[in-house]
Amino acid sequence: MATEFLMGNEAIGLGALAAGVRVVTGYPGTPSSEILPTVAAGNPGNIHVEWSVNEKVALEVAAGAALAGARSMVTMKQVGLNVAADPLMSLAYLGVKGGMVVVVADDPGPISSQTEQDTRSFGLFSKLPVFDPASPEEAYEMIIDAFELSERYGAPVLFRPTTRVCHGNAPVNLRETAAAASAPERFVKDPRWVIFPRLSYQNHIRIEQQLPVIAEEFSSYRFNTLAGAGRLGIVTQGISTGYVAEALGILADLDQQGHQLPAHKLLRVATPHPFPKRLALDFLHGLDRVLVVEELDPFIERELQRLAGERQLQVSVLGKASGHIQVAGENTVAAVTQAIASFLGVVAPSLAAPLPAEAPELPARPPVLCAGCSHRSAFVAVKRAMRKRRAIFSGDIGCYTLGNAEPLNMVDTCLCMGAGITMAQGLHVVEPKAVHFAFIGDSTFFHSGITGVINAVYNRTPIVVVVLDNATTAMTGLQPHPGTGDTMMGSVSQKVDIATVLRGLGVKHVEKCDPLKLEESMAAVVRAADATADGVAALIFESPCIYVAPPAPSYIVDAEACVCKECIIKLGCPAILSVDGKAVIDETLCFGCDLCAQICMFDAISPFSLLGAKP
Amino acid sequence: MKANLVIAGVGGQGTVLAAKLVARAAMAAGLAVRSSETIGMAQRGGSVVSHVRISDVPIASPLMPPGAADTILGFEPGEAVRCLPLLRPGGTVVVNAHTVAPVSAALSNTEYSGPAMIDFLGRCGCRLIVIDGDAICAEVGSPKVLNVALIGAAAAAGALGLPLEQMEAALRKSLRPKLVDMNIQALHAGARAAAKGEQ
Repeated sequence: MATEFLMGNEAIGLGALAAGVRVVTGYPGTPSSEILPTVAAGNPGNIHVEWSVNEKVALEVAAGAALAGARSMVTMKQVGLNVAADPLMSLAYLGVKGGMVVVVADDPGPISSQTEQDTRSFGLFSKLPVFDPASPEEAYEMIIDAFELSERYGAPVLFRPTTRVCHGNAPVNLRETAAAASAPERFVKDPRWVIFPRLSYQNHIRIEQQLPVIAEEFSSYRFNTLAGAGRLGIVTQGISTGYVAEALGILADLDQQGHQLPAHKLLRVATPHPFPKRLALDFLHGLDRVLVVEELDPFIERELQRLAGERQLQVSVLGKASGHIQVAGENTVAAVTQAIASFLGVVAPSLAAPLPAEAPELPARPPVLCAGCSHRSAFVAVKRAMRKRRAIFSGDIGCYTLGNAEPLNMVDTCLCMGAGITMAQGLHVVEPKAVHFAFIGDSTFFHSGITGVINAVYNRTPIVVVVLDNATTAMTGLQPHPGTGDTMMGSVSQKVDIATVLRGLGVKHVEKCDPLKLEESMAAVVRAADATADGVAALIFESPCIYVAPPAPSYIVDAEACVCKECIIKLGCPAILSVDGKAVIDETLCFGCDLCAQICMFDAISPFSLLGAKP
Repeated sequence: MKANLVIAGVGGQGTVLAAKLVARAAMAAGLAVRSSETIGMAQRGGSVVSHVRISDVPIASPLMPPGAADTILGFEPGEAVRCLPLLRPGGTVVVNAHTVAPVSAALSNTEYSGPAMIDFLGRCGCRLIVIDGDAICAEVGSPKVLNVALIGAAAAAGALGLPLEQMEAALRKSLRPKLVDMNIQALHAGARAAAKGEQ
């Protein structure tokens, strides 16, 4: 058996391969993005792997394959499941033939997400089984179990790791042989695959009957574990399982007198839905008090409270509602240690050690656009062109959301994927005299921008759609999309041209320009803004992400000519430093975009090579 | 045997790879290892922290509590100071002297001084090793070997939990062949710098 040091997401991808998956789809989103490329890299050739245009599409493609009997997997982040909620809810009623696993990565913190929603609660809502792994090595084993369970019960299954599992690394034992990929010859036609009210009613009954059966099976599931004895109980899940173990170790070590910690039971719930009732009752039996250590929703806490009420058990279930565990953000070893110490009635160590007051002030590092990023140039062009006009800037999800920071300050709204284009329409209704810009990236445009443009054209809402086309899905790690043509099967498709799409939708004014050429870009912005007199206008800023384009020679500042610091004040470029009152360019960061040279009023900035310093 | 390592730097400096290299070396030595990365939203420029935990017994949590780190590898002085609450009393800080100035410093006209950060580290009761990472990168001829130079310095100072030879063997195994020589050179340059950089 080979052992490899793997990231949780790699373990999930390799687990799916070991389970004989046939179709894998997804849309990138932190912290889920590395799963699908892992499958693509290990593709023996018979697996269809695709980045779909959005999560709804991805789930539907995977569902089609599963109806035909193939094992399929779809990957996304938690907010992606909101986009895919429509097919998921209906598919739960329809069921599947081949095992289908919906991997949804949650992001407590949130570290890089819009919400702290809990996919376990989506499992409750959609009546689907949920697996909740605690580590990379467990995720590898558990996803194989998930495929098997899905196929056996004919139900899609939710698999929800969190950021610390996805982006944690550990040695993982890999199985030597992969299950042979299920390869159904054909789709078998059957009325059961066509959702109708009558069928949904019948299936609803079947699902409600099946859930207790799955719950009973989960009570014996190998990763749901119960240990210990006593009148106190601790329950945990996911990554908090590790924090609880660490905390109990710290508290045991702390006791110098060799005393044991107060007796307690420890339950770990790896399958929160349907809740493993029999196991939970075994756990609750004889307990006075329970502490539930979990992240996001108080999911297990509510299940235990419900169970205690149903059985009229004299046990108090403590957790988020009682204030013993934080209601928002990530759990930490320090916080969990405090909570458990107070619950067990032992002395808590002082783990919180703030920096001493005499520490020098730390540099603030908010997320910023990279040096040389073409989004910066596009924002500067729009800002300068609209200097004397009332303009509102609706943003969207992607690297360009970082245009909200000073000094650019070019994002007035940001809600969810595709919402810039549509929210701008609502803003226009209220303030028709302003120019309403909607910034959207290329991948986001394909994800959910197009329907919003149709809406604007149809309802005659004259906004300016600005597509920031950097030829990749940058923020999540440079995934391809329809506009790049590259696929996860290694083939190259005909690129879907954004300008052609926009014209096809009925946008009359569609113009492309290179955002790195500031004067030309500003003129194009003015033309687009003026064109809204005649309906929806679109401007496509085309310039590749610095991660997919070769750098140009870096730039240098002539210190004698440098007087205004305009570049520092207006651009917020990480490569431009302020040293002794002068702008200085860090040549290792500079990408040679030329934007600073174009805005310098004293011609103090020029390409390095022109000064003859070095090539 | 137990070693808790914090790797702190700025996005784009190679911290994530450093964590992976150390973890692979520990695994090759037959030890238990877990690591975790906090990488934030931006492709570059944000604070990036990796926790690497090595032990001869199973490890429960990939993240360590404050006061548990034996060593901080600081790719940048300010980021080393930011992670100081994680260091145990008497732990080691191996830090690159060169700063990465944040955009906010230029904008707000506030001074961000590397020497002030290092001076503070020197007063905080830790064992401090300062490395001129820029000089090593220049010597080796690549700006991308800072991570391996810091690993070399920590290993030579006995602060990595793994000896230098084991680290070298792991690099030979996990790096692409054309990158091996350069990185071994950086590893040893870091090791030599550790002796000189002990404060």
